Amino acid sequence: MRTIYCLIAVCALLSSGCSSTSADEQITVLAAASLQDVFEAAGEDFTEQTGVEVTFSFAGSQSLVTQLAEGSPGDVLATANEKTMDQARADGTVADPLPFATNTLTLAVAPGNPKNVQGLDDLTRTDLLFVRCAEAVPCGTASDKVLADLQTTPVSEENSVTDVLGKVTSGQADVGLVYSTDVTRSQGAAEAVDFPEAETALNTYPIAVTTQSDAPAAQRFVDHITGPDGQRLLQEAGFGTP
Amino acid sequence: MTRQPTAPSATPAWIWLPAGFGALLLVVPLVATVVDVPWADLPELLTSDASRQALSLSLRTALGSTALCIALGTPMGWVLARTHLPAQRLIRTVVLLPMVLPPVVSGMALLAAFGRNSLLGGALEGFGIRIGFTTVAVVLAQMFVSLPFMVLGVEGALRTQGVDHERTAATLGAGPGRVLTRVTLPLIAPALRSASVLCFARALGEFGATITFAGSFPGITRTLPLEVYLVRESDMDAAIALSLLLLVVAGVIVAATHAQPRRPV
Repeated sequence: MRTIYCLIAVCALLSSGCSSTSADEQITVLAAASLQDVFEAAGEDFTEQTGVEVTFSFAGSQSLVTQLAEGSPGDVLATANEKTMDQARADGTVADPLPFATNTLTLAVAPGNPKNVQGLDDLTRTDLLFVRCAEAVPCGTASDKVLADLQTTPVSEENSVTDVLGKVTSGQADVGLVYSTDVTRSQGAAEAVDFPEAETALNTYPIAVTTQSDAPAAQRFVDHITGPDGQRLLQEAGFGTP
Repeated sequence: MTRQPTAPSATPAWIWLPAGFGALLLVVPLVATVVDVPWADLPELLTSDASRQALSLSLRTALGSTALCIALGTPMGWVLARTHLPAQRLIRTVVLLPMVLPPVVSGMALLAAFGRNSLLGGALEGFGIRIGFTTVAVVLAQMFVSLPFMVLGVEGALRTQGVDHERTAATLGAGPGRVLTRVTLPLIAPALRSASVLCFARALGEFGATITFAGSFPGITRTLPLEVYLVRESDMDAAIALSLLLLVVAGVIVAATHAQPRRPV
């Protein structure tokens, strides 16, 4: 029953999207959830410049890759790490991905840094409540890399980077290991303390046109993101250049 | 039970259709989970350090919070059933509220009360007592969501019970304490039992308030449901194996509380 409703809803969406424009004036972009703010802004610029309508689908990278493999429509795929993009390439759903942004780990602290956290070494302090991502999730893998030489005693290992940030912004924890774009998105609820070791665990975001796409606008959208306009928006949001 | 057996009332044929759809909705996901269980690796998956730590923590905290719910919830049910408080209806509503609150809202409420930035949590922190990220926080979260079940069970039993037996015992010279332990409690024992089982089940399954309020650390705050949610990211087989464990426990609980089959009317 639900499937039928979903199909009706999807059909309605598709037909309304296609009714007034020809096929190459509309593209669908599948992008990692962390890119939502930037891509929506970039999409508006792109539509203004080219007249091409962009429909977005934001979700976890892993889900997007699985959806594509199962036949979901999509002209462009942008994931939050190279591992998931490699999988899409192995599935044969994309070709020739390009890195377009990086994200680094940073220490999130309360505004004003009341506990005077200066760098990674502070994480061994016993007077600090430190929260990080669990090893099993992607941000935890990156955290393991930068913490390899330190004896830290986190009070909690959370399921996602947003959960870690939440513990810091709610005041439950003093310091959390998160991505710098998360701190930017918190809009002042947390402050970032950068540390040089973060360079060893850079997270690279790749983008690619899907093999099913026959819309010339798909490549133009990729060019827009890797070009100056897209890069400016990404940097404003706290992403680095690859 | 002493009622004359009657023939089942006529069932319109169409009732089978929605009833069947409803049953499918409930049964298919459960069967699908069992089908997906990696039976060959099951012993290994269930005896891993992480699984055993999570199971042990879950059992200890759920038993502890159930004991505390009995100790506090029974008197609460008594007060609601046998005394006349001002604004009784309002009090009952507030006390039962956590039962229907979304768990994440319960977590936010506990944070507001016991978090480091809260009045209470801040004061405790002054004495060097921290609740967040400790097993105490897990038990508190479990109690917050399961205590209403105990209150409701006890209050309901006392109300249907009435006070006749207790009056008789008092007339015969028993003091209030003796009436309570020799008359009232034995009479509501079955209700107390099923309410405890419900409390335990609710505590064992607690997820939202725990992850919001207590955090997630192996052996301290990462209970079985949190472990399932975490390993799902990296190891689907392990997540399904642990789900089966919780499913079996849930099955035992339901069978224990609703053991009596009811005949059609």
